[in-house]
Amino acid sequence: MTKTHTPRQPFPFSAIVGQEDMKSAMTLTAIDPGIGGVLVFGDRGTGKSTAVRALAALLPPIEAVEGCPINAPRRDLCPPWAQGVTDRMVTKPTPVVDLPLGVTEDRVVGALDIERALTRGEKAFEPGLLARANRGYLYIDEVNLLEDHIVDLLLDVAQSGENVVEREGLSIRHPARFVLVGSGNPEEGELRPQLLDRFGLSVEVTSPRDIETRVEVIRRRDAYENQYDKFMKTWRVMDAGLRNQILAAREALPKLKTPGVVLHDCAALCLALGSDGLRGELTLLRAARALAAFEGDTAVRRTHLRRVAPMALSHRLRRDPLDEAGSAARVGRTLAEVLP
Amino acid sequence: MTAIPDPVTALPELSPAWARVRLALMALAVDPAGLGGLWLRARSGPVRDAVTGALTALPLPVRRLHPSLGDEALFGGLDLTATLAEGRQVRTEGLLAQPSALVLTMAERCPAGLAARLAQALDHPRHCLVALDEGAEAEEALPGALADRLALFLSLDDIPLAEAVPLALDLEQIAKARARFLKLRVPPRAAVTLTGVAASLGITSLRAPLLALRLARVLAALRGHAGVRAEDVTTAAELVFAHRATRWPEAAEDQPPPPAPDTENEGDSDGENRPDPGDIPEELVLEAVRAALPEALLDQLAIARAARATGGATGSGEARPGHSHGRPLSARPGRPSAGLRLDLIATLRAAAPWQGMRRKTALQDRLVHIRPSDLRIKRYQERNERVLIFAVDASGSAALARLAEAKGAVELLLARAYARRDHVALIAFRGAGAELILPPTRSLVQTKRRLAGLPGGGGTPLAAALQMAQDTAVRARAKGLTPVLALLTDGRANVALDGTPGRARAEAEAVVAAKAWRRAGFAGVVIDTAARPQDGLRALSATLGAAYLPLPRATAERLSSALEAALTPLQAG
Repeated sequence: MTKTHTPRQPFPFSAIVGQEDMKSAMTLTAIDPGIGGVLVFGDRGTGKSTAVRALAALLPPIEAVEGCPINAPRRDLCPPWAQGVTDRMVTKPTPVVDLPLGVTEDRVVGALDIERALTRGEKAFEPGLLARANRGYLYIDEVNLLEDHIVDLLLDVAQSGENVVEREGLSIRHPARFVLVGSGNPEEGELRPQLLDRFGLSVEVTSPRDIETRVEVIRRRDAYENQYDKFMKTWRVMDAGLRNQILAAREALPKLKTPGVVLHDCAALCLALGSDGLRGELTLLRAARALAAFEGDTAVRRTHLRRVAPMALSHRLRRDPLDEAGSAARVGRTLAEVLP
Repeated sequence: MTAIPDPVTALPELSPAWARVRLALMALAVDPAGLGGLWLRARSGPVRDAVTGALTALPLPVRRLHPSLGDEALFGGLDLTATLAEGRQVRTEGLLAQPSALVLTMAERCPAGLAARLAQALDHPRHCLVALDEGAEAEEALPGALADRLALFLSLDDIPLAEAVPLALDLEQIAKARARFLKLRVPPRAAVTLTGVAASLGITSLRAPLLALRLARVLAALRGHAGVRAEDVTTAAELVFAHRATRWPEAAEDQPPPPAPDTENEGDSDGENRPDPGDIPEELVLEAVRAALPEALLDQLAIARAARATGGATGSGEARPGHSHGRPLSARPGRPSAGLRLDLIATLRAAAPWQGMRRKTALQDRLVHIRPSDLRIKRYQERNERVLIFAVDASGSAALARLAEAKGAVELLLARAYARRDHVALIAFRGAGAELILPPTRSLVQTKRRLAGLPGGGGTPLAAALQMAQDTAVRARAKGLTPVLALLTDGRANVALDGTPGRARAEAEAVVAAKAWRRAGFAGVVIDTAARPQDGLRALSATLGAAYLPLPRATAERLSSALEAALTPLQAG
């Protein structure tokens, strides 16, 4: 067309003004994907999508077999049905796959490759979005509007880490381990509790209240749009710094000490909140460890726990519709009582 | 409207409203992708045609979209005819493949899925969207995800045909503006002013001031200014903010003090630290937007509120997940006929594995051998979502406490609703009539907001409540939901449909309404909240065909569990 669309880098992660909870939740999952994803709920125009797309550009690249549809890290881990796989290794960006609303089941899990079936009479598998998301992120915007049958499917795969396709005479299974990132606007509907629980962390975003912050958002966005090169020059450096910090934290994570008293704190907090199952406790600990590693500490402390507790636990509480304060406030209250 | 008509961009023969339309279209033609697009609220007709006709001035090809548009049309898909003819996969190009001006007809019916896709497409500034919103009622409007991304809004409803002379857009002027608008000098205060004004109008989304800033540049370029001036900022604010406002701007003295004179941040504006000559006082801009409000905003405020009430994203509240087409099931073998659509892909898939074998034995040489047994038809699961319509007696005779319990019960039920696929709606009746306090929703957040301010007192217009319940039920059923009524009252109907007091007539009308409910085949439960069970109410529930449940002194907890128990057999049936 008239003007070629120059592939701009997404808005830099570190240039996002405020929204500290959202940013740190995403950073923590980048350090330890085992935390299990982030749910971002909040108003429109608060930079939810921006943050996810920025995260993709921020994450360290992965090593994968060239042409492998599931981004396998070793040749022998490539699925037998894969086409066009070579013996070379390539470095590629951490996959961040968009799962659009109204997507068909076929596109999510994969299906019979019609082209090859029709032209060559071969029964071949055409991988879906879950294959592409393996070892990366699966992003669902407006996750609360996702159709139920797709939610069920995701729950299943997220739980097992494996995608099983049994259809049209195909019988295929392949690894599908990904970090779920969901965003949505709570005014448009609730999220099913089962899916809610599947996200490691959850944060609420609101529009900044003070004018100064709001103006700063506008300024940076405007600079990104109208003085792209100059703007990116500054912020690319910041992003690189953050990426290095994430990498360093990943390395430090296995060596990090977890004092018994912190474990005790975790359990006490979850008991006091009455959060269901052990998932909350584990996530709380993992997130606290990731935070400690990120900050260059050698051991997890109560302060780390305290800071990640709202995002790790607030979406796991039994809903009390008569409590006006909301679950984040409940976590805050309990925190103050249990871990003074 | 202070800044319109504009000396450079408007022609003297145009009415102010029409000049505003022209200005908006000119701006859109300068920077369609950057401004996101235009939300055009108007019934189809010659006035709207005059506007859509002018879209040819846009530097993008115009493509029409329809709310029922599928992904294949949008993103491209398998071209079956060509694939079969050539024996290799041929894909069609989707509408989003090339930058274009996407004209979405019947935008008020745009389902959430399509809105989300279009919103995503708009996030990369290549396309622009012109949303033709024909919403008849305030609550039918463009999905919020889209409205938020389109800078411009025009409502043509008040423009008489006589005013709608052909819109001659000056192409040369547009081209000139396009060449220079990004290079214009923008006073640093512009961003501050626009952000401040947006905040005073209760606009939370930060896309609004950004789009206004962009528009201010475009307007300055169109008007031939060397840099963005106060009047450009003012007009941009009017055009972008007026329909987004969620509250009236407070009087100037109540405003938060304007931020301290520019504490310039890390030099992202080239040496603009000197005092700015083009200072733009926030109050003046706000005043201008305020002046634009009465026409454009009063009803818009109502629309915005209603849209939020019905669920924001879908406007019509129609296509909630799960029941827009039901859960698709795997296709099953069968012949397409009335109501059963062929699933072409599934058919081909069924036929595909046998091609080699059939080719060998075939009498004719064909590219694809399809047998009747391969035919597959589409299937959707029956819709099984329920909407619980609470009709709550908020009259003086019903204790106010009852109302509080009902509110609590609604919230409790809703908190447990997702697993049961319940939606909840709330009708309150008191005084002269009934009011739909909460249209069917599954959002707990919304419910809390709506319930908070529900007042009580007055007579008991029972018939009006039943009628409204029926309206709501009929509408819900059209959307594939199963309506169930939960009527909470002490049963002493004493206000007739026309709002006049009178026990006899009120009761007779209630019986008529109850019969209509039963005829429609809807289910329900009547909860008697009076201190002693009322025989009249028991009779009425029989007429309704509803279960009768005397429940004096109910707490929210008891109420919700009693309801769940009473409704369980209905659910099964």
